[in-house]
Amino acid sequence: MPILSVHGVTVRFGGIIALDGVSFDIEPRQIVGLIGPNGAGKTTLFNCLSRLYIAAAGTVSFEGAPLLTQPAHRIAGLGIGRTFQNLALFPTQTVLQNVMVGAHCRTSSDFLSNALKLGWVAREEAACRAHAEELLDFLDLGLVAHHPAAGLPFATLKRVELARALASRPKLLLLDEPAGGLNHEEVGTLGALIQRIRTERGLTILLVEHHMSLVMQVSDKVVVLDFGRKIAEGTPAEVRRNPEVIKAYLGSEAA
Amino acid sequence: MSGSRLPRLVGLLSLLLAACALPFVLSNFRLFQFSQVYIYAIAILGLNMLTGYNGQFSLGHGAFYAIGAYVSAIMMDRWNIAYGWTLPVAGVLCLVVGFLFGLPALRLEGLYLALATFSLALAVPQILKYFEHWTGGSQGIVLSKPNAPFGLKLNPDQWLYFVTFAVLVLLFWLGANLLKGRIGRAIVAIRDNHIAAEAMGINTALYKSLVFGVSAAYTGVAGALSASVIAYVAPDSFNVFLSVTLLIGSVIGGLASISGAVFGALFIQFVPNWAQDISKAAPWAIFGVFLIGFMYLMPFGIAGGIRLLWIRATRSRVPQEGRSAVPTQAHTTT
Repeated sequence: MPILSVHGVTVRFGGIIALDGVSFDIEPRQIVGLIGPNGAGKTTLFNCLSRLYIAAAGTVSFEGAPLLTQPAHRIAGLGIGRTFQNLALFPTQTVLQNVMVGAHCRTSSDFLSNALKLGWVAREEAACRAHAEELLDFLDLGLVAHHPAAGLPFATLKRVELARALASRPKLLLLDEPAGGLNHEEVGTLGALIQRIRTERGLTILLVEHHMSLVMQVSDKVVVLDFGRKIAEGTPAEVRRNPEVIKAYLGSEAA
Repeated sequence: MSGSRLPRLVGLLSLLLAACALPFVLSNFRLFQFSQVYIYAIAILGLNMLTGYNGQFSLGHGAFYAIGAYVSAIMMDRWNIAYGWTLPVAGVLCLVVGFLFGLPALRLEGLYLALATFSLALAVPQILKYFEHWTGGSQGIVLSKPNAPFGLKLNPDQWLYFVTFAVLVLLFWLGANLLKGRIGRAIVAIRDNHIAAEAMGINTALYKSLVFGVSAAYTGVAGALSASVIAYVAPDSFNVFLSVTLLIGSVIGGLASISGAVFGALFIQFVPNWAQDISKAAPWAIFGVFLIGFMYLMPFGIAGGIRLLWIRATRSRVPQEGRSAVPTQAHTTT
């Protein structure tokens, strides 16, 4: 059974159709690349899955249960973590605090027990902190743990977002342009990292990326959008050969 | 981190001791003023939670202060209930009122929310006058100061000082616990980026309303304490100016800072008096000069200014560590 099944999803903004009947499936532990020219609707689809945008039509099921009836703040708890294209960190909080906010949906202490500093709250806090520190080490962020997110380099903040998303212990990870702002060498490391996250943590990954070589390197399957429609789906090799994709996306250079 | 815990603990303990010694060295009037400082500090901490930590503006916290004061005064005056019992009642009632006000306020952001809360501040004194049967109308309610229990050799001002201080310590301890843990991180996350906060699984609507409630509860307890300390409540003590004063204290003390609430309270209690001493003719002009001066010298509030000084002082002594490469920001939430 697919872990995520997107069926006929349509999103409209006024008269503009941002997504037009998009359907595809993701199998557990797959890495799926979602590509397309600017404005193709990739981030719109992400925001739809995060329930930040409302789909006009279509259904999405996650682990067999309907997703589009859930409120936005339940999505992380269901097991869908995400990063944002243009960074959406909490700038005044430290890197460690940012990552610990990521674990919000995996912790449960309430206002009153926090205020009273009950014993179980302290234990939950310690466990949350330990997990966050482990993630910071995993992503090589230990040195900046107590630095506010504001003022750190873009590439570092991209990793902080990744750590924050992993802190929610997701089953499905949505990565929105993780290679944005990275240099050539860093992109190579990122590819290896994405594959490690899949193999070591058993995650399924949906990846939006403009960096073609990265997508082709790590993806088991690639879905191509253009003007809100799916124009191709298949292995990286199949997509690369698809004339429709070449015409719409890769352009004449690749042909 | 653990290195800074010990000096902080020692500092807090010595402050605690100094505060407990004050009643035996100061005149009753000075003690009354310090009780008032603690009351303001509680109210400002409440406002800080809402405005500083959660990013919701309120120009109407005087209304919750008034509700707290009147709940306490009516309970004491009508039903002879001891002042101690009126505090939790005022707190819980303001929690509910604040939460309910917070629900529609979810649709308002920034300045619009400021205006909506402002209207609350405008309305409450008149509503108090309207229910004359309960509130005594414009005359207000005259109360008597409680005597010290258990045969303690303290006069009412000394006793009320200790009561106020104890409530302050309790509420600051609760507030600090709340703001430093999971809930506090979520509260700040909503302020910093509410969409990301929602995506991280924070029910932002519920949290914002709850913070509004807790904030109102703090301010309500402060109001209830003020009823006993001043031994009088009247609608015109809770006008718009009170709301603005609390906001001034919150900003000058340091938004999103726990200790800032105390500094802000000292400012709004004593600076108007100094201004009066300097010029009888135009004290508010002098107050304005103080206000601008403080904001200019300490843009992150008094708490932020002290933190910066502390960082500078400790940095010159500590040999360069690896972290000195990154600039230290004053506007971090602690």
